[in-house]
Amino acid sequence: MRRGEERIVTDTTRQPGTVEPVVDPLAHARTGVEAGARSDFPRPLEDDPLTDTPAGADPAISPVQDEAARHSPVPVVEHHPAPSQPSTDRPGSGVRLATISRTGDRVFGAMTKGTAILLVLLVAFVGIFLLVLALPSILADKDSFLLSRSWQVSGGDLRFGILGLLWTTVLSSLVALVIAVPVAVGVALSLTQYLPKRVAGPVGFLVELLAAVPSIIFGLWGLTVFGPFLGPIGAWIGHALGFIPLFTLVSDPKSTVFVAGIVLAIMILPIITSISKNVFEQTPRDQIEAALALGATRWEVIRTSVLPYGRSGVISASMLGLGRALGETIAVLIILSQPAPGSRFTPSIFAGGETFASKIANNASEFDTPSKTGAYIAAGLVLFVVTFLVNAAARVVAERGVK
Amino acid sequence: MTSSSTGVASGNGLSGSADTPLSFRKPSGSRTLKNGLATAYAVVATILALIPLVWVLWTVVSKGARLVLTSSWWLESQRGLTPRREGGGAYHAIVGTLEIGLVCAVVAVPLGVLGAIFLVEYARGTKSARAVSFTVDILSGIPSIVAALFVYALVITILGLGRSAIAVSLALVLLMLPVVLRSTEEMLKLVPDSLREASYALGVPKWKTVLRVVMPTAFGGISTGVMLGLARVMGETAPLLILVSYAMGINFSPTSSTMGSLPTMINAGRDVAPGLPGYDRTWAAALTLIIIVMLLNLVARGISRATKLKEK
Repeated sequence: MRRGEERIVTDTTRQPGTVEPVVDPLAHARTGVEAGARSDFPRPLEDDPLTDTPAGADPAISPVQDEAARHSPVPVVEHHPAPSQPSTDRPGSGVRLATISRTGDRVFGAMTKGTAILLVLLVAFVGIFLLVLALPSILADKDSFLLSRSWQVSGGDLRFGILGLLWTTVLSSLVALVIAVPVAVGVALSLTQYLPKRVAGPVGFLVELLAAVPSIIFGLWGLTVFGPFLGPIGAWIGHALGFIPLFTLVSDPKSTVFVAGIVLAIMILPIITSISKNVFEQTPRDQIEAALALGATRWEVIRTSVLPYGRSGVISASMLGLGRALGETIAVLIILSQPAPGSRFTPSIFAGGETFASKIANNASEFDTPSKTGAYIAAGLVLFVVTFLVNAAARVVAERGVK
Repeated sequence: MTSSSTGVASGNGLSGSADTPLSFRKPSGSRTLKNGLATAYAVVATILALIPLVWVLWTVVSKGARLVLTSSWWLESQRGLTPRREGGGAYHAIVGTLEIGLVCAVVAVPLGVLGAIFLVEYARGTKSARAVSFTVDILSGIPSIVAALFVYALVITILGLGRSAIAVSLALVLLMLPVVLRSTEEMLKLVPDSLREASYALGVPKWKTVLRVVMPTAFGGISTGVMLGLARVMGETAPLLILVSYAMGINFSPTSSTMGSLPTMINAGRDVAPGLPGYDRTWAAALTLIIIVMLLNLVARGISRATKLKEK
């Protein structure tokens, strides 16, 4: 500790104002590495002078000053000659500086580094484990894994494919996206461009509160309240547009992909809104004012400066929302009716179905044989890959937008 | 994105006509109309966005409040109850949810904070920081069901252990970690460099600077992140479905294969017909879960408002 203080003082003459202490400030103090000179301190570090804060002082700053006041003026005569890097010692200064122990820095640095490595390994393991456990089942699959719609995993005869799951997953998420994005952009616009600050604050808070509602509660609400409310509307659309395969009314209109998609839309709305809002807020003030100065109406300001500026942010937010919707489990599981085994495939949004997540969660109690478990893990792996791609795309778009 | 396709030709009005270069007349009719439509659209979207929140909260409160307001709800379990019988409470599930969340936090918070310290204090701007940041991005995009499957593959298939509440906590760690790490990272970045410089200038070692100067300054923001992470994790259902069975009685051993929790309690009662006592209990459990999660959210916001660091 002592050494560091002195060193700064002596060093200032040599490097006036050019130092960048943040990058590696301890470079100054590094010379006295590990001389084991703890005993040299009249007051050992373990005494924790940092905690003796005067009452009412700023806890973040004053302890340091406090310590400075206590120690600074006394130079210490060192018992060891400075061991290494004599270049930073001023020749002939006559002042020997106490050494500090770097053990704490080593241990702490290693801990943070170890955590970082652990994180990377963890994510790698997620992929590797899923792949290792899924591969045997995928190889034993007698149907095409990617193109089959059947799911027959019990017994020795494995016949399963993900196409049906993929269809329902993507369809419900797209329904969610188509509904959520326009609404979210509208909300973000009114929060940043229309509402006065006094109103925008609370409204933004309420929208974010929506993100706090657990998904199981959306599921329960969708099953018992919202589904029955939306059912007749869905049935009406199904009757009117039923000639298009996408809108054919197939099963109970209360528990269709349509209903699940709208509930998903509600769940991803806060994500898209808050990111879009953050981007819109950053629209350069001079662009807005330039448009206003040209006589633009408020909508023209939005169209010519706010929306173009925020476009990549909105796209990336939508992708993040899509990623969330793809992986949503319990709300979809509760709301969607499962088609009877062997029933014909329909592409309609007014049909039930199973997504990756709901299929896995629904059959968790049947993970008894490795081959069966492997089939579900294979489905999970596909979901992992799809969400990863979507999230990666979101990041790419966002970064491109920043440039 | 919005109804932007409507306005293309409105640019004409901006320049004004040639004979009256400085006329301050109102925008032309079609421009005013479009502007009005856009305003109406923004207002309608905002109202549309608020309807579900009000609707969900009102449903849950109106159906669940009666039971939640009784003291036995907080003190009794569901042991031996069928949907047709009155009584019982959610004590087992509340404690289970809190316990699973706390075990998760005990693992996730140190890892998240240390990872953030690595990113900001030790590796800022380096390649390794970018690599770690990238994996955190992947982690934050992992669906909860995939996290649950991973823990299932690791703990149950490979290590040969049974289902347990600890396994749930481990799966939830994967979900909580990125939340804690990102919010800590943001907060550490906001700590002014002058504080670090002052500390370094006095010869305080780096680790002590981080722990005693940087961390206390960022503490409010970090605890906000922890609370938000906890709130997210406590509402998760998918890992609970896969990694532990729902117990109606009191069982607080984290290694046992059955444990009650609010999400699984709701899930177990989701098909009970309206009018039965079990139906009311399901909604009361939903209200209890919302209360816990919202409380965490509000406390988190309170802390972050009280201890806000100024943006640079």
